[in-house]
Amino acid sequence: MIGEVDQPRVEKAIVQDKTHFLQMKEHPWLSIASFIAILLLWEWVSQMAWVPPLFLPAPSSILSEGWTMLKTGIIFKHIFSSLTRILWGFVIACSLGVMVGILIGFFSIPEAVGNPIIAATFPIPKIAILPLLILWLGIGEASKVAVIALGVFFPMVINVYTGVKNVDPLLIKAALSLGSNRARIIRKVILPSILPMIFAGMKLGIGIALLLVVAAEMVAADAGIGFMILTAADLMQTKKLMVGLIILSLLGIFFNWLFQKLERFFVPWKQ
Amino acid sequence: MKVLIDHISKVYIDRRGESTEALRDIHFAIEENEFVVVVGPSGCGKSTLLNIIAGLLSSSSGQVIFEGTQTDSRPHTAVVFQDFALFPWRTVLKNIVYGLEERGVKWQEQVEIAKRYITLVGLQGFENKYPHQLSGGMKQRVSIARALANDPLLLLMDEPFSALDAQTRTLMQYELSRIWEETHKSLLYITHNIQEAVFLGDRVVVLSRRPGRILDIIKIELPRPRGEHLTLEKRYLEYVDAIWGHIKKEAKEAMEETG
Repeated sequence: MIGEVDQPRVEKAIVQDKTHFLQMKEHPWLSIASFIAILLLWEWVSQMAWVPPLFLPAPSSILSEGWTMLKTGIIFKHIFSSLTRILWGFVIACSLGVMVGILIGFFSIPEAVGNPIIAATFPIPKIAILPLLILWLGIGEASKVAVIALGVFFPMVINVYTGVKNVDPLLIKAALSLGSNRARIIRKVILPSILPMIFAGMKLGIGIALLLVVAAEMVAADAGIGFMILTAADLMQTKKLMVGLIILSLLGIFFNWLFQKLERFFVPWKQ
Repeated sequence: MKVLIDHISKVYIDRRGESTEALRDIHFAIEENEFVVVVGPSGCGKSTLLNIIAGLLSSSSGQVIFEGTQTDSRPHTAVVFQDFALFPWRTVLKNIVYGLEERGVKWQEQVEIAKRYITLVGLQGFENKYPHQLSGGMKQRVSIARALANDPLLLLMDEPFSALDAQTRTLMQYELSRIWEETHKSLLYITHNIQEAVFLGDRVVVLSRRPGRILDIIKIELPRPRGEHLTLEKRYLEYVDAIWGHIKKEAKEAMEETG
């Protein structure tokens, strides 16, 4: 407009949202695409034979190796062996961990006795104890289960202990005022309060269990994923070795998913 | 039934051996079906007193005596806390039946009793909600229903509406007044809010600042049922003013001390 020229200039400053960069966008397609792209690149590099397949077999050949192992069923033997060890170790460790954690968290005498023992043994890498466990329990299953149990026990007991210490004292007071005794307090207030901490302990624990089962099977075993990986490496069967790694990755993903589902089911009051 | 608060004193001793006197020689009685409010400035030991009466804290001297209850198997007290203290893993219904569960009441009966109090406090339709799905006012209704369902000889309320916003608080005061008029429970109510004390109580026990001593016990002779209209009446305002006169100096000193 013509009149605009004559109007006095007004200084304007429009307020901007300073936090906009904090709102991170989600890129689901990018996650998938980049994953596929890396696989394709890997496949291409292998197909071009720039890297000898002994060092880096193509994803397609790893897949077909895995398929063969699946068909012959040999893979299940190894997975089954490892899972059995994990399961036993895990169950023993979780139940002991929860019990001991509640005990030392809730009662003063077990706390005084237990705390220094845990503080002293917790820092020892559990795989270093394996030779001692083999000496005590023999070379069979017991020592492997024991080393896994030890590894899972510590994060569990520490999580549970911390959880018990952080139970809202008001809830305990409320339960007492409604007529609960000490045993009931533990079952009906402490236990549900620490459920999220138990699940956190389980998630930490399963990673450790996978690590320890592989390590233990590499030391002494005739079956299991660790054993399979080690023998494949000895025989220069890189494809088979890679299959072992993929199985471990899948197991890790599976357990994480499982615990997340279980947590949603058992802790419906936490969003 | 009568509850005698018999010369209660409380001295806290911290780890360094330093002592703080919280309550000094608190002596009064709560009669059957009476609504007693304890009002006092912040830090006067009101909550300490309530915890002692609830059996959640020991007194340094003096005792709490329930008289004429030999034949009564009901629990002595149930507490409604300021921060609700609902069990987050239990639904509204399961929270309300907690005390009944602990007393070994059959499930069928638990639900019947719970339904009654759910209706009384206006929580119909929320039975299966978890506490985190409720507003503050709703949570405190659950807490009140939970305490009432346990059928205590004496109901204790520790600043139950302090965590609520001012408007919800006012509405909840009307609600509580209505609920009390329906149940006529012996009730000890702790607050720092004088208007609330006068609006709700049959008698108001006025405490001094720390160490808490009884400054006065005032009988509130206002008709029931008490509703919104009451807060505009002259006699109500006179009671409020009288109590404020007692507390003003104390509250000011308490403020300067802590600030």
